[in-house]
Amino acid sequence: MIHLTDVRKAFNQGKSNEFWALKGIDLTVRAGKVTVFRGPSGSGKTTLLTLVGCLARPTSGRVRLRDRDISGLPERFLTDIRRSTFGFVFQQFNLLKGISAVENVMIPAYPLGRDPKELSERAHALMDSLDIGPKAQSNAEWLSGGEAQRVAIARALINDPEVVIADEPTANLDSERSRQFLGIVETLKQAGKTVLMTSHDPMVCDTAVVDHVVCLRDGQLVESR
Amino acid sequence: MRVWLNKQRSLLDFSLSSLSRRRGKTLGMLAVYTAIVFVLASVMLFSHAIRREAATVLAKSPEVLVQRMVAGRHDLIPARHLEAIKGIRGVQSAEGRLWGYLFDPAAAANYTLMVPTNPRIEPGKVVIGDGVVRVRSADPGDLMSFRAHDGSLVQFKVDHAISRESALVSADLFLVAEEDFRRLFGIPAGMFTDLAVSVRNPREVGKIAEKIDAALPDTRIILRDEILRTYESVFDWREGMLLVLLAGSILAFAIFSWEKASGLSAEERREIGILKAVGWETSDVIRLKMLEGLVVSLSAFLVGYLLAYAHVFHLGAGLFEPVLKGWAVLYPKYRLTPFVDELQVATLFFFTVFPYTVATVVPIWRAAIVDPDQVMR
Amino acid sequence: MRKSDTFLLLSALLLVLLGASFADAARGLAREGPALERKAEMVERLGLTDLVLFTEARYTRHPSQADLHSAFQDHPFAMDHFPTGSLLPPPIWKGRP
Repeated sequence: MIHLTDVRKAFNQGKSNEFWALKGIDLTVRAGKVTVFRGPSGSGKTTLLTLVGCLARPTSGRVRLRDRDISGLPERFLTDIRRSTFGFVFQQFNLLKGISAVENVMIPAYPLGRDPKELSERAHALMDSLDIGPKAQSNAEWLSGGEAQRVAIARALINDPEVVIADEPTANLDSERSRQFLGIVETLKQAGKTVLMTSHDPMVCDTAVVDHVVCLRDGQLVESR
Repeated sequence: MRVWLNKQRSLLDFSLSSLSRRRGKTLGMLAVYTAIVFVLASVMLFSHAIRREAATVLAKSPEVLVQRMVAGRHDLIPARHLEAIKGIRGVQSAEGRLWGYLFDPAAAANYTLMVPTNPRIEPGKVVIGDGVVRVRSADPGDLMSFRAHDGSLVQFKVDHAISRESALVSADLFLVAEEDFRRLFGIPAGMFTDLAVSVRNPREVGKIAEKIDAALPDTRIILRDEILRTYESVFDWREGMLLVLLAGSILAFAIFSWEKASGLSAEERREIGILKAVGWETSDVIRLKMLEGLVVSLSAFLVGYLLAYAHVFHLGAGLFEPVLKGWAVLYPKYRLTPFVDELQVATLFFFTVFPYTVATVVPIWRAAIVDPDQVMR
Repeated sequence: MRKSDTFLLLSALLLVLLGASFADAARGLAREGPALERKAEMVERLGLTDLVLFTEARYTRHPSQADLHSAFQDHPFAMDHFPTGSLLPPPIWKGRP
C-alpha cells in the first residue's frame, strides 16, 4: 500500500551540522496489517514514520501511496491526503490544554466543515468505544496517561482514516495499560485499518497482533521480519 | 455552501474556546481596547456635533464685521467710519455694535455684555442668559450691581432670562441698554466696539470687504465665512490637547500590537504545531487567529461606540466637562444635537478592527508555515 | 448553546443597537430642528458670532473675533494660559494685509 524507494532524509543540509537520518530505505507497508519500526533511539525510526505519514517530504527517493507518488506534492495536497488517510497518535499525546477531551477529539475535523451535531455524536461514540466516554467533558490536563492516550487515539480516528500511526505508544504506560493498548490495536486491525508503530519495547514487537517488524539502525534497514 | 458555513462556525467555536482559555488576558485586552474606542469615539462624535451645530446656528451671523486695530490690538471704532462704509455701493446697511466683557466679582465669572438693537432693552433693565441665572441664582426682579469705570455704581434689574434651549449661543449673555453700557465702561457716544455691515448681494461680499479695507486702512475685516471656518477647525486633531489624546491612543495601540507580535509563547507555537500535525492547513490556522482578533476588536468597537454615543448625546458628554470648562466658572447647560457622520463611524470601525486583526495574524505567520513533523520531536 | 451561538447572538444584538443609535440620531435631529432654527434666528437678531463654549478668556469666548495678540498677550513665547486655548485653532486671517 505504501512503498518507499531509496528514501533518504537529511537535516540541516549544506550546513556544518548536516545529518542524514535515513540513508536509503526500501520498504513496503502492507494494507490491513500491523507493522512496527524497531530500533534504538537515533536510528531514524521516527523520521521514517513522518515520511510514511506525509508529515514531511524525503530529501531524495520516492514515496508512493497506492501507486501515487506523493514525495513531490506541494503542502496543500499533502495536507489533504494526510487528513483523509492518516491518523496520528504522538508519543507525547499532544493534546491541547485548557479544552475538553471531546473538543480535542473533534479538532482535526473542524476544517472539513462537517455538521457539528454529527461530529459531536461521532466523537462521543468513538470515546465510548474506547471506554473514556465519561471523561468527555474533562479538560485534557486532568486526564491520566492511559486516558490521555485513548483521547489521542480517538482524535486520530475522528476522520476515519485508513492508516493509524502511533509513535512509541507504550513508552509512557505501565504493563497493564500497554496490554490494553495492544487490545485496541487488535480492534483496529479487525476493522480493516492499517497500523504503523515505532517502538523499542519488546512487549510490542513480540506480540501476536504484529504482522511485520522492521529493524533500523543508523538510518538503514537491518532486518525485516 | 453548507460545508463552508459549518467550517466557519467550527473555527469560530474553537477561536472562542482559545480566547476563553486565556480568559484574564483576553478580558484585559478587551477592556482596554473598548476604553480606547470609547474615548476616541466620544471625541469624534462630540467634535463633529459641535462643528455641525456651529455651522447651522451661526449661518446668519453678521456678514461683514469691521474692527479697528491699533498696534495689532483690537480698539474702539469711531462712528464716522459708518459714513465711509455706507457710501460703498452694494452695502445694504451698516451699524455700530456695542459689546464687551463684564467680570462679575460676585460670581467670579465673565459675562458677555451686549447692546441689542432690536428690540432695545429698557434702561436699567437687563436680560440674562441661562448661565448667568445659574451662577448668580438670579430671578426676574433681582438687582445686580456693578462698579462702573469711574467707581460709581450701576444697577440692573433682571427683566427676564433667555431660555435654556439656546444656551449654546446665549448662556453668558448680559443684554443691556446703550446708555447703561456707555455709562458702565465710559465709552463716549460716537465710539463703537465694532461695525456690522450687511450686503445686498452675498456674492459681492469679498469685493465690498476689499473696498472697506481700502477706505479704512486702520481696520481689520472679518467675514461671516471666516467666522464659520473658525468653527470648522475647532477640536482639530492636529491641535493641542487633542493631538496628545490621539498620540496617546496610537501609542497604546502600538503597545498592544507589539505585545501581540513580539513572538508567540512556546505554548502557542506548540499548539499551532499540533493543529498542523492533525491535518490543519496553514490557511486554516491563520483563519483561526484572524477570528480571535476579529472577535476582540469587533466587540471592542461595538461596545465602545455605543457607550460613546450614549455618553455624548444622552449623558451630555459629562466626562469632557472638566476639559471644556477649563478655569471658567460659567459653563452652558446644553443638549447636543445628534449630528452623526456615518463616514466617520465607518472610518473608526475600519481603523479599530483591521489593524488589530492584522496584528493578531502577523506573529503566527511564521509559526503557521512550519513543517508539522517538528511536533514529533 | 454553542459558544459561537452566544457570540453571534450578542453581536447581532449589538449591531441592532448600533442601528438603533443611528435611528435615534435621526430622530433627535428632527426633534431639534425647530430649536436650531430658533437659535439661528437669535444669532441673526442679536448679531452673535460665537458659541458659548469656553468662557475662560476673551479669545476663547470669541475665537472668531480674537486678534492674534490675545493668546500671547504676555510674551510671544508665552505658553497658553488657559487650558481650553489648546483646543482652539488660531484665528484665520484671509491673507489680507
